[in-house]
Amino acid sequence: MAQGGWISRWPVLRQLRGENARGSAARSARTDALRPRTEDADSVARSVCPYCAVGCGQLVYVKDGRVTQIEGDPDSPISRGRLCPKGSASKQLVTHPGRQTQVLYRRPHGTEWESLDLETAMDMIADRVVRTRRETWQQEEGGKVVRRTMGIASLGGATLDNEENYLMKKLYTALGAIQVENQARI
Amino acid sequence: MAERMGFFTDTSVCIGCKACEVACKEWNDVPDDGFVFRATSYDNTGALGADSWRHVAFIEQSRPIRREREQAGPEGGLDGLDVLGELGGPGAPGGSDGPGGPGGPGGPDGQEGVEGWLMSSDVCKHCTHAACLDVCPTGALFRTEFGTVVVQADVCNGCGYCVPACPYGVIDRRERDGRAFKCTMCYDRQLGGLEPACAKACPTDSIQFGPLDELRARAEERVERLRGEGRARARLYGADPDDGVGGDGAFFLLLDDPEVYGLPPDPVVTTRDLPAMWRWAAGAALSLAGAVAVSFATAGRGRGWRR
Amino acid sequence: MAECHPVGFQWVVEAKARGAKVFHVDPRFTRTSAIADRHLPIRAGSDIVLLGALINHVLANELDFREYVTAYTNASSIVSDDFRDTEDLDGLFSGFDPDTRKYDPSSWAYAGGRQEAAAGQRSEQFEGGGRREDGAGRGQGEPEAGEQMEGGARHAEAAGADQYGSGGAETEARPLTDPTLRHPRCVYQILKRHFARYTPEMVEEVCGIPREGFTELAEAITANSGRERTTAWAYAVGWTQHTVGAQYIRTASILQLLLGNMGRPGGGILALRGHASIQGSTDIPTLFNILPGYLPMPHAHRHENLDDYLAHAGADTGFWGRKRSYMVSLLKAWWGEAATEDNDFCFGHLPRLTGDHGHYTTVMAQIDGTVKGYFVVGENPAVGSSGGRTQRLGLANLDWLVVRDLTLVETATFWKDGPELRTGETRTEDVATEVFFMPAASHVEKEGTFTNTQRLLQWRHKALDPPGDCRSELSFYYHLGKRIRARLSDDEIDRPLRELTWDYPEEGERAEPSAEAVLREINGTGPDGRALSAYTELEPDGSTRCGCWIYCGVYADEVNQAARRKPGREQSWVAPEWGWAWPANRRTLYNRASADPQGRPWSERKAYVWWDADRGEWTGHDVPDFEKDKPPDYLPPEGALAEAALAGTDPFIMQADGKGWLFAPAGLADGPLPTHYEPHESPLRNPLYGQQANPARRIYHREEAPYNPPQSPRFPYVLTTYRLTEHHTAGAMSRPLAYLAELQPELFCEVSPLLAERLGLVNGGWATIVTSRTAIEARVLVTDRVRPLRLAGRTVHQIGLPYHWGWGGGGLVTGDVANDLLPLVLDPNVYIQEGKAVTCDLRPGRRPTGRALLELIQEYRDG
Repeated sequence: MAQGGWISRWPVLRQLRGENARGSAARSARTDALRPRTEDADSVARSVCPYCAVGCGQLVYVKDGRVTQIEGDPDSPISRGRLCPKGSASKQLVTHPGRQTQVLYRRPHGTEWESLDLETAMDMIADRVVRTRRETWQQEEGGKVVRRTMGIASLGGATLDNEENYLMKKLYTALGAIQVENQARI
Repeated sequence: MAERMGFFTDTSVCIGCKACEVACKEWNDVPDDGFVFRATSYDNTGALGADSWRHVAFIEQSRPIRREREQAGPEGGLDGLDVLGELGGPGAPGGSDGPGGPGGPGGPDGQEGVEGWLMSSDVCKHCTHAACLDVCPTGALFRTEFGTVVVQADVCNGCGYCVPACPYGVIDRRERDGRAFKCTMCYDRQLGGLEPACAKACPTDSIQFGPLDELRARAEERVERLRGEGRARARLYGADPDDGVGGDGAFFLLLDDPEVYGLPPDPVVTTRDLPAMWRWAAGAALSLAGAVAVSFATAGRGRGWRR
Repeated sequence: MAECHPVGFQWVVEAKARGAKVFHVDPRFTRTSAIADRHLPIRAGSDIVLLGALINHVLANELDFREYVTAYTNASSIVSDDFRDTEDLDGLFSGFDPDTRKYDPSSWAYAGGRQEAAAGQRSEQFEGGGRREDGAGRGQGEPEAGEQMEGGARHAEAAGADQYGSGGAETEARPLTDPTLRHPRCVYQILKRHFARYTPEMVEEVCGIPREGFTELAEAITANSGRERTTAWAYAVGWTQHTVGAQYIRTASILQLLLGNMGRPGGGILALRGHASIQGSTDIPTLFNILPGYLPMPHAHRHENLDDYLAHAGADTGFWGRKRSYMVSLLKAWWGEAATEDNDFCFGHLPRLTGDHGHYTTVMAQIDGTVKGYFVVGENPAVGSSGGRTQRLGLANLDWLVVRDLTLVETATFWKDGPELRTGETRTEDVATEVFFMPAASHVEKEGTFTNTQRLLQWRHKALDPPGDCRSELSFYYHLGKRIRARLSDDEIDRPLRELTWDYPEEGERAEPSAEAVLREINGTGPDGRALSAYTELEPDGSTRCGCWIYCGVYADEVNQAARRKPGREQSWVAPEWGWAWPANRRTLYNRASADPQGRPWSERKAYVWWDADRGEWTGHDVPDFEKDKPPDYLPPEGALAEAALAGTDPFIMQADGKGWLFAPAGLADGPLPTHYEPHESPLRNPLYGQQANPARRIYHREEAPYNPPQSPRFPYVLTTYRLTEHHTAGAMSRPLAYLAELQPELFCEVSPLLAERLGLVNGGWATIVTSRTAIEARVLVTDRVRPLRLAGRTVHQIGLPYHWGWGGGGLVTGDVANDLLPLVLDPNVYIQEGKAVTCDLRPGRRPTGRALLELIQEYRDG
């Protein structure tokens, strides 16, 4: 910074004096240190946008265990690095404070959520599946073998991975749960 | 100094998706601008400001009643056609050829309620002669090696002189901390050789980033082509180095008059007469600030053009 | 497309820059219309009239691509003389049973030979316990006891077309034909008669599209089709969410086949799907009626053992003829060593269908108390499905509910803050449902594949671990399966679970199952345990395993092909080395049709794949969707099966006859040809036929969700729902995000200035939209983009309503639930609801609250 008080630093004056005062001379130390934060990332994962079915490529930058940026993958022949507003908001999708990260439990007739640890919740759900399946097991209908349960149903899949849908369908089918549906029906 | 870089926003391919608004906020960590339903077409951003560095304008253009009547066949009209015409659409200027010109949507069936829907992503113009920079007393605003104009948040003291100085009404103080904010053309990204977040995200390449000279040449070709296709009102805005701000670092291809988009038709750097005045008056900075204010009053704020 | 698939739309913009002409047909003037060359506003629910008129225009003026049509479609096939068209029966086809409201499709079959019975035969033969080969109902077949509803129509019970798998319905590989197309019962002539009443005048009267607009469209698509040019159609749920949804797509298919636009570059009918892997969740289905690879779920009354199943699960000719290999390999993938030839490869482990077990039927079963436990995974039916109130009543009547999502979606919180609490219909304490909310991992916190809208599988690498209790569905279901298996008895009913292959490698602290191991199982392995390379390697003898035959090859050479990311700019425009497309990495399906019958490109401009006679193989820019070494002059020997039954000129290799079906002799529940029916709720009488609505549509007479009467003056307006660019579905992935919520903060309805004036609606003010289901409030957006339509001498007003809002869901912005307005009435083929064209009333001001809301609805119901 030039000497002589704030008025001498006023860019208009320095412009009149022919200095490059509005350019390099005005830069703060912070400005001098500026770099794109993606350069500091610990890792970059190649991903795909989770919203619609166009399948735009995404690059996910992670630093210190946090997502610091998600932007388009220029290599993708589908999207060529571009993203729509939803795809551009993907970092907020995965980091926003409203995301629920703990298991919650509501007991029958309960008026509030209660907390529950993950392992207990998993055991409780498994107990209920096994119990409901037994209680509602249907070996035959109208004289024909059906070996199924009409007591357990499932909805959802279009936002999930193929591998996930595969395990779901496989497990449900082995359980005899046939009322399995997803967004493709709607 | 590196090559001057700029934005060319070709509104003829803008689909109004607002990816630019979001990508800008994600990269620059700009806060949300409030959840206000404006009932102004699909625009709920309203204007550029400290918390909106990109703003997509939506302009619905209705068929003028005169043309409705001329073109409606004996069976082509609607009951209540007069009502239709009188009401117009929100922000319907009329009189434009828009995309409803030859080959555009609309066409001569006499029933269309809307003739065109213009969309345009507005941004800081990064003027060649930037009044905001001229009036900044702290040196917070500076011109980068890319020819862009950037506010340094760590230097800005929130005096606000820059706000009225801008002939486009772009730069704005954030209410929470008083400092001024606006588009940096992603200066940090440019330092790393990356294009600005908005231009990178833009699905249709409506926002193009590159060396300004190249962009201007490309824009000239594009506007010629559009005119050849019958878009007679297509024109460039901010591309002329001889205009009142010495040309913009961010310029536009518009399909209608600038006023239609809420842009001042003839922006002038508010500090245009400053050097002369300085020589004549050699007065104190305070009186100069007064001159700046007068200058603003005559030029008008860009925001005043928005409907 | 610009509205809902903006990044895909870049290619339309690019095509336009290269001279393409873009038409946008939509009730609304959207962001797509804004830069299309022409917007044609259409009354919601009338598209078959427009498409039918285009077909009529092509046929009447003989503008079809004749060489393509005669060689590659079933235009010359002769149809049974029992067939009666809607022309003859005032809107019905032959075979309709008014009591069951179902068709016996046997009279739609090709003439002569065993195909006479088509789909009906299969059903009948089984349901009747081994009937004669030709005993296909047709009115004279006497069904056995307990099969009264049949006559071949049972197929309509298990989601129509899907039961035939991806091969479509069975029919004859070589039906009788008249290559001159003059036989009065040949498909071409039937088509001509059927579509003759679909005229430009009718388009104007029914759709509201002026004649000039129609002419411009008709001329553009015919001028841009043929040897040198192609035309593509793109659609989304605006074409499918109708009681005639499947037939909308059929109409477009007929048009595209007539114009020679299928299997060719720049052609096709492109489904723009709305979720990241909605295609994948159909291929590897979390759907009731199919197994992976579109194999039908077995039906109790048709499929007692594997042989029964295979005999009646679609065609024996074409590539579907290999269905035994596909099915046995799937059973081996699931039950491993336990699956042997002696035990039918554990076919008996599969549960059986007995009818429609789709989403809406399941919800009714919840209300009726049959369904006790419900998993909801990344979906939000309390606001996202039609008839939200019905959905919530179902949820409230469960024993237990597991909801997995990123935020506390309304489906998880209905008991605490749902609309039925505010109207006083229920109280929190009265809801007995036990609810588990299980937080989900986001797309960056797990690895796996999405299948995009063009069948492309893309592997996502994991960026970081999920926070807190968040887990992937892969992890949840794997560990749930482990826990369930640990709780089994020796009981026979537990055998399918005990014998299930469920041994995926666990990785990391959280013991996550390996997604690559699952993908490899989906791909399949050979006798040596190595990954297979192609579905043609699958064997019917149990020596191969494959979790989804159409995905076989995604792990070829033990390499995750879906993870390939060779930059687009470093490869051809087809970009075959980015990800992996099913089947066999083919990017354009049925691309044999891009060459003429002799195997030469139709033109140099449109060259895609072609026959290289010197090398004796098909080659080109894409992987040929054809047997690589089958010459164009190949003729199948008598009695040939599977692909060997198709000639070298049969490009549609999954079809029994290798042809594109202009006329569907079997496989559809509501007719072999598309027919315009009015939506279930319509303000108009059907101007084309006496039959008002699809006679086979699926109706639920439930007090939870009554219908608006047709042509009711109480509900004079047409309502259509849609998405906005700024939001996603019911909002769980957009309303909690500040950067998206601020862009569209409130639910609004779009109305024309004329209607606003008439009703006293003020731009920015409030309006209440009413149907027999409920009333919701929305802000008013008065816009000329919504245009009143003049139809049949009257003006019809349409109201547009985006559906992204709900009362909670962690949203920074909330609003009433648009889907609560919609009726539960379904397409009979695929059981999709009619959400795009219903009727409503519109009133100025906010809706009443509490009991007063119920009273208002009651007033409307009582009339």
